[in-house]
Amino acid sequence: MEFSLKVNQQNFTVEVDPGTPLLWVLRDELQLMGTKYGCGIGQCGACTVHIDGEAQRSCQTTIEIAEGQDITTIEGLSDHGDHPVQEAWKEIDVPQCGYCQGGQMMTASAFLAKNPSPDAKEIRMAMQGNICRCASYNRIEKAVAVAAEKLTK
Amino acid sequence: MSKTINRRNFLRLSLLGSGGLLIGLQFAGCESKGSEMPVDIDTLDFTSFNAYIEMAKTGHVIIYSPNPEIGQGVKTAMPMIVAEELDVPWKMVTVKQAPLSNDFNRQVAGGSQSIRQNFPTLRNAGATVKLMLMTAAANQWKIPVSECSAEDAIIKNTKGDQLKYADVLEAAALLEVPEKAPLKKSKDFKLIGQPIANVDIDEIITGKPIFGIDYKEEGMKFASIIIPPFGANLATFDAKKALEQKGIEQVVAIGDKVAIIGQNTWSVFKAKDLVDVQWKNIKSDQDSKVIDAKMDKALSKKANKIVGYGQYDKAIKNADKVISKTFSSPYVAHATLEPLCFFADVKEKNVRLIGPTQVPKDSATTVAKELGIPVENITVEMTRMGGGFGRRLSTDFTLEAALISAKIKAPVKLVHKREDDMDSGQFRPKVKYQMTAGIKNNTLKAFQIREAIAQNFGLRPWNANFFPKGTTDHYNIESALIETEISTLWWRAPISNMVGFSTGCFLDEVAEEMGKDVIDLHHEMLDVATGKKLPYAPKRMKEVIDLVKEKSNWGKSDKIQGFAAYFSHNTYVAEVCEIEMRGDVPVPTKVFAAVDCGIVINISGAKAQVEGSILDALGHSRNSEISIVKGKVQEQNFDTYKLGRMMDTPVVETYFVDTNAAPTGLGEPAYPPAAAAFANAVKKATGKRWTNHPFLA
Ligand code: FES
Ligand code: FES
Repeated sequence: MEFSLKVNQQNFTVEVDPGTPLLWVLRDELQLMGTKYGCGIGQCGACTVHIDGEAQRSCQTTIEIAEGQDITTIEGLSDHGDHPVQEAWKEIDVPQCGYCQGGQMMTASAFLAKNPSPDAKEIRMAMQGNICRCASYNRIEKAVAVAAEKLTK
Repeated sequence: MSKTINRRNFLRLSLLGSGGLLIGLQFAGCESKGSEMPVDIDTLDFTSFNAYIEMAKTGHVIIYSPNPEIGQGVKTAMPMIVAEELDVPWKMVTVKQAPLSNDFNRQVAGGSQSIRQNFPTLRNAGATVKLMLMTAAANQWKIPVSECSAEDAIIKNTKGDQLKYADVLEAAALLEVPEKAPLKKSKDFKLIGQPIANVDIDEIITGKPIFGIDYKEEGMKFASIIIPPFGANLATFDAKKALEQKGIEQVVAIGDKVAIIGQNTWSVFKAKDLVDVQWKNIKSDQDSKVIDAKMDKALSKKANKIVGYGQYDKAIKNADKVISKTFSSPYVAHATLEPLCFFADVKEKNVRLIGPTQVPKDSATTVAKELGIPVENITVEMTRMGGGFGRRLSTDFTLEAALISAKIKAPVKLVHKREDDMDSGQFRPKVKYQMTAGIKNNTLKAFQIREAIAQNFGLRPWNANFFPKGTTDHYNIESALIETEISTLWWRAPISNMVGFSTGCFLDEVAEEMGKDVIDLHHEMLDVATGKKLPYAPKRMKEVIDLVKEKSNWGKSDKIQGFAAYFSHNTYVAEVCEIEMRGDVPVPTKVFAAVDCGIVINISGAKAQVEGSILDALGHSRNSEISIVKGKVQEQNFDTYKLGRMMDTPVVETYFVDTNAAPTGLGEPAYPPAAAAFANAVKKATGKRWTNHPFLA
């Protein structure tokens, strides 16, 4: 079936089976590989994207639901890799293997858009759904705080 | 070292090979460049000096990182060592992953050995090229090279003349490569010891396709796989329903496994669940509970002696007090966040393999052997890996991809669905350690570790010789192997992870029994070890213990603290964990770590490894368990296989001993003491001794 999608401000038409998760449309049809597969059941957050500004699990979002919505992936978070969250991630040198980090940054950026000056506990709660198997949690936490500072400046 | 002019051509070709991918990205309108790399280095003309170094007239340098990158940071640290001796500004360096090649030593990510084993070679690679450049400049000035010096890519002579490396590049490249060149003194290191960001940071934060699972090329098929329960074989399968699905092309048996081949990942994942597979020879004894009982039985009698000295049995008989405790861990999965995957293109006479592997060479030889293709005709390209932890030291998934490609006669990317990744587990062995101590005159006199382990490797002289060997007059290490068909493998800090935990907890118990501070007990023990020939240096161990004592304010702090120390992978680590009681639940809030890993190459990456190892240990010891019933893995995904998350993460503070000693490993050694330090703090707070992982089960 044909579906039209708006991803990172661009319009696409894709021909996929109904029920296909947005994750696989992004990766296999649109070649947007920054959105990662980790579990497929909404547990790890590696596949996090923004749908109308909300952090959502793209493995749990079917193409029918995604159609017509405003979707942003890590590739579209900023034009030059300079979103405050990306800059903070770089400054703190967060990634170890790096695999989870796109999802982490998408969760963090949606969260900070709603709550630009969070306290430590709020940061931890917001990031609780994203697994980092390398356990770079200390730096993720620090980077979210640094990004918050950048955003409010 | 020989020159390798062909490397670039090879890489050019392999870039062309992934052309489909690049086009795909442009199509999606996401062609942004890292902000600090204004030049497209692929358009520059580079001169190759050796397997590691290429330089362009613009002053840009490419350094090839030989070893696989699994998140342990060698892709940043190894080139830093080359750049230090070459003496070029880091901002002019681009790091590339080298493919498998005979030009390099052991291209393996395992055992925390990449830096330790390659340090001299990497330095020499940089220093020899620096010498060639200086010689070319000296020739031009018609003076002896001894009158030249070089720094930051600029060569100077005693008269004050200057030449840039770039000016003498071509002349230098024509010179004979010297065998050896003078190396810097460690006090003159400028780059080594600095905090350098992960070299792939720009790609990672912008979501570039750099991982194995991201690889794609024109005409490639997609595959998923079904894995039999441990010990069982494939009887039959009915793929009718799966084949009716759109996008599904074939379902084939690959030995006892079943592969589903189709046009995209989702279709092969979905179809996988529609294949009706029948197994035979399902074995009821391939079961965690059965193995547990076998272990308990094995621990009740003497096992195979691994290492020992003194008169252990006699010392126990004569002891004033004997204490004993048993510690245990279930199977634990690697569960790399990027699931197992590989690309293979098997042609009649040659094979291309591309993907995440910790052992590119083993991958090539395994595939060569299975397919009967000469190993010279197999190329392996290493992608960045979404975690390794030891799992990608095995070649099973690379071979699966190759066998599928050979069978369907097409290039294919195999991706394990998370559930199949769990079924393909080659777990951290299920293990129990029975620790016994004999105390006489309030001194620790006899020490025994008896291991029961469900795998074919376990305590061996190399790790049985670690601390606390030498610290008691009588010492005995035994191991009983429990045979099963459940696959096990190296897993971050293999063996030392649980024997380190058990030792750390047990010494805490011993100290309590003796009414001594556990750090004082360690000092006493290390005094006994001093002067003996041991694989570890008691003095260095004392130094990390004292450093963590000072930093954590041990003995004076009003926090609830636990301590443990261990030596593994040639590195010394002592840790203090602070906890807080939240209701009945002890939560770790802070961990102090003192580390002696010799010279620290990249302080940012080094700290990341210490943080990661500690949080990894705390996460797994509290949460994670794989249980097997009739050969089948029960925990199929992250809903039941629990990992540490943000909320229960303590803050790690890391301190390195200031030393000139040669660098050792860092991907693993901070792991073993962490859960022990935590459990020791819990004992203090609650009076309860946690012995079994996972603590929160
Ligand atoms: S892949 Fe979507 S939450 Fe894990
Ligand atoms: S950095 Fe490896 S999973 Fe997070």
